[in-house]
Amino acid sequence: MKSAVIVFPGSNCDRDIAVALEQASGRKPHMAFHKDTELPDVDVIAVPGGFSYGDYLRCGAMAAHSPIMKLVKERAAKGVRVVGICNGFQIIAEAGLLPGALIRNKSLKYVCRTVGLTVENTDSDFTKKYAKGQVIGIPVGHGEGNYVADEETLKRLEGEGLVAFRYAALPGQSADQANPNGATNDIAGIFNAQRNVLGMMPHPERAFDPLHGNIDGRAFFDSLVESLS
Amino acid sequence: MSATSWKEPAVTEDLAAEHGIKADEYVRLLEIVGRTPTFTELGIYSVMWSEHCSYKSSRVWLKKFPTKAPWVICGPGENAGVIDIGDGQAAIFKMESHNHPSYIEPFQGAATGVGGILRDVFTMGARPMANLNALRFGEPSHPKTRQLVAGVVSGIGHYGNCVGVPTVGGETNFHKAYNGNCLVNAMTVGIADQDKIFYSKAAGIGNPVVYVGSKTGRDGIHGATMSSAEFTEDSEAKRPTVQVGDPFTEKLLIEACLELMNTDAIQSIQDMGAAGLTSSSVEMAGKGGLGIELHLEKVPQREVGMTPYEIMLSESQERMLIVLKPGHEEEARAIFDKWELDFAVIGHLTDTGHFVLKMDGTTYCDLELAPLFDAAPLYHRPTEPTPTPAELDLDEDELWPEDLSLADILAKLVSCPDLASKRWIWQQYDSQVGADTRFISGQSDAAVVRVHGTNKALAMSSDVTPRYCFADPVRGGMQAVAESYRNVSAVGALPLAITDNMNFGNPEKPRIMGQFAGCVEGMAEACRVLDYPVVSGNVSLYNETNGEGILPTPTVGGVGLLADGHKAVGLGFKNDGDVILLVGETEGHLGQSLYLREILGLEAGPAPAVDLEAEKRHGTFVRDSIQAGLITASHDVSDGGLQVALAEMAMASGKGADLAGLDGWHIAELFGEDQGRYVLTVKPSDVEDVEAKAAEAGVTLTRIGTVGGDSLTAPGGHAISVAALVEANESWLPAYMEGKLG
Repeated sequence: MKSAVIVFPGSNCDRDIAVALEQASGRKPHMAFHKDTELPDVDVIAVPGGFSYGDYLRCGAMAAHSPIMKLVKERAAKGVRVVGICNGFQIIAEAGLLPGALIRNKSLKYVCRTVGLTVENTDSDFTKKYAKGQVIGIPVGHGEGNYVADEETLKRLEGEGLVAFRYAALPGQSADQANPNGATNDIAGIFNAQRNVLGMMPHPERAFDPLHGNIDGRAFFDSLVESLS
Repeated sequence: MSATSWKEPAVTEDLAAEHGIKADEYVRLLEIVGRTPTFTELGIYSVMWSEHCSYKSSRVWLKKFPTKAPWVICGPGENAGVIDIGDGQAAIFKMESHNHPSYIEPFQGAATGVGGILRDVFTMGARPMANLNALRFGEPSHPKTRQLVAGVVSGIGHYGNCVGVPTVGGETNFHKAYNGNCLVNAMTVGIADQDKIFYSKAAGIGNPVVYVGSKTGRDGIHGATMSSAEFTEDSEAKRPTVQVGDPFTEKLLIEACLELMNTDAIQSIQDMGAAGLTSSSVEMAGKGGLGIELHLEKVPQREVGMTPYEIMLSESQERMLIVLKPGHEEEARAIFDKWELDFAVIGHLTDTGHFVLKMDGTTYCDLELAPLFDAAPLYHRPTEPTPTPAELDLDEDELWPEDLSLADILAKLVSCPDLASKRWIWQQYDSQVGADTRFISGQSDAAVVRVHGTNKALAMSSDVTPRYCFADPVRGGMQAVAESYRNVSAVGALPLAITDNMNFGNPEKPRIMGQFAGCVEGMAEACRVLDYPVVSGNVSLYNETNGEGILPTPTVGGVGLLADGHKAVGLGFKNDGDVILLVGETEGHLGQSLYLREILGLEAGPAPAVDLEAEKRHGTFVRDSIQAGLITASHDVSDGGLQVALAEMAMASGKGADLAGLDGWHIAELFGEDQGRYVLTVKPSDVEDVEAKAAEAGVTLTRIGTVGGDSLTAPGGHAISVAALVEANESWLPAYMEGKLG
């Protein structure tokens, strides 16, 4: 599997996702800079977390207009897998690759903790190694992860099986502690209609290594490697 | 831009006094300069001679710290301390206060505190790997406290989260002595290759002096002078002296500087911290024994019409000063262009030994540089020792209020402001970015973060018990270092070195200076015995408001090394059936304990004694046992004593314990704060092995119970529900922050 990681000014999870992609696939990802106007042939493009452009204007809004994003959109249209994690989700939503928007957490505070996620759809190159309905623990870290969309979009996402992950209570947690940001329908991650684009707030690269004390994110990378190798 | 000439005010003794220069200091200044200084020169002298920059009250004492060990690469005096962590790598770290700004404007004050300490570390070539914060606030009922907590936490998160350095540890305490002066002590730890460490000593006459980073504005002018004075009623009016931080620019600056450091372009580099362009240029040239000439119209400026005085004294954030090797200007400029940061050659090194500042052809400053750098006043301020408090004289009936059960007492303790869960705080910090975090505060005694790309990990902790330091500065200083040593050892790491952040009141008062001297003496002794040298530090004095000083608070930031990060041990109980062992002797010392303060409302008695040889023996035993894979959980016994330590191990895991071994123990033994103790758990099959090793090492080990169930079964048959303890522990801070509690 060949992969690329996009680096914007202010990206700060670019190294982390690159480490996970390399360990899972055995190949070093191509690190693409936001000003680049060329991108090698890759099977998957990761738009990482962080604070691109310092979250100025609106999370992801400026990065969405970088030269590199034009290429990312072209590749996505050709079926290349694109995953946006955290700020990456905000960026690809701003770029129009996914519907809806991520607004300020309901608590109005940044939140960093491990959340429970139900894997809603395993029929994708990102999630096939999980079991449908499985509850996994994955860390989040964001101030703007509250997913919103209009009624019609929500109906379509739910009806067409485009919700990838939904917040769920972890063992010992009460139901009202599950959703860390107030996202509509507890949505933590969504696919586009072709399911080659995924946006998600949680960070699978932070639950990947035995050192993290939790390797629930590993199947995410293994799914990609199995699909794309 | 056309040349403009700025007419400066005439300098008088009164104007000097307004700059915080005392009458005798002004006489000395006139002697050194040999004439009346210009306005710009006065400003420069005032910041270089401020307590904050010159350490004029503390320097004579700081010399007492042991600063050397075979693994110390660079001790105090540089931007941060540097230690060898093997494989050609170094850990670079420092803790620094941002107390005064944080009290005046908590969000920006705390945010720029984080930004400043990050720069101290990456300016030496290290990529920052972790941040910690030690916070002290006034009593919860004080009208300002809630707003300060909210602002400081939000500011730390704002900065640290955006730059992408995980905030993994720290401490948060409350005491009325901090009502008028909160403390915000920020620590950064970074990693560099030993052959890529950068220093601030300038060299090479004619070499270009380059300014990079944010533009200079009028913010923070005289921040260093403000931090060197007591607060009064009108301190609110000092808000404009607080700087404004931009973590996005800092992130770009980190990447650009580290990229430049990978080339061969840099001769020396220093961040612009307190006293901005003045202290960075004076220190760099001063260390190199050279002169420097700057052309201030070339300094990138955010506002028009800035005067030389303002440019030199601005504390605008996210700026660095670099001396380049000749011929590398364009290579360096390309890197800063790539990251869209300002880059300007603003001057050069000279052989004149003078500090020369020109703007648009006019000279505003021409001072001999060496005295600016090394002739600051040095004070041997009078000290007065703290009298030792009287021994407690309370019997068991007086110690145990009859209306409280043991369960009530424990619930009250774990929900008191100092011991209550700080989840509300740390959940607002990104503790996981970098994907190398093993443990954060609360999961273990020290935070544990892997050294990226290796199996090694660093253990980091911040510690001090100010109430001990107030009761007995020598013991308190000793205890702060010992507790740091204990917390680092408790995860299985070898303690290597500390950074210290000395927060005290007005040093012109002999009692306060006595606290400072006593704490230094105790700390120095502990550092010596424990082979735990001081490699960097910071002093914050004048933490007083309307004559009321803070508790003496010498915060210790400790760093230790684990050869294999996977071996680190957390504090939560692990397996049902594990045997619980107590390391160390229990005498039942209640003086200055949290039990006395929270249950009986007394702040009395002597601070606990510290047996440094025992600390060393016990720490070594704990570390060795963890390294041998024999320990399943480990926690030091500190605030609240043994019973609280056990409750914390239970709460972290949800598991209870049968504490049959504590049958017949008295209140003083259960809640006393005797030093040098740890609670360990081991598998039943390993108990005899561990006991044999303890006997061999001369360590007292007592079996006190077994892990299991969902409650702490206390002596006398009480069962204390772990869920109820968690509820008590977790609910205080969120309820307080929502305004539901006093």
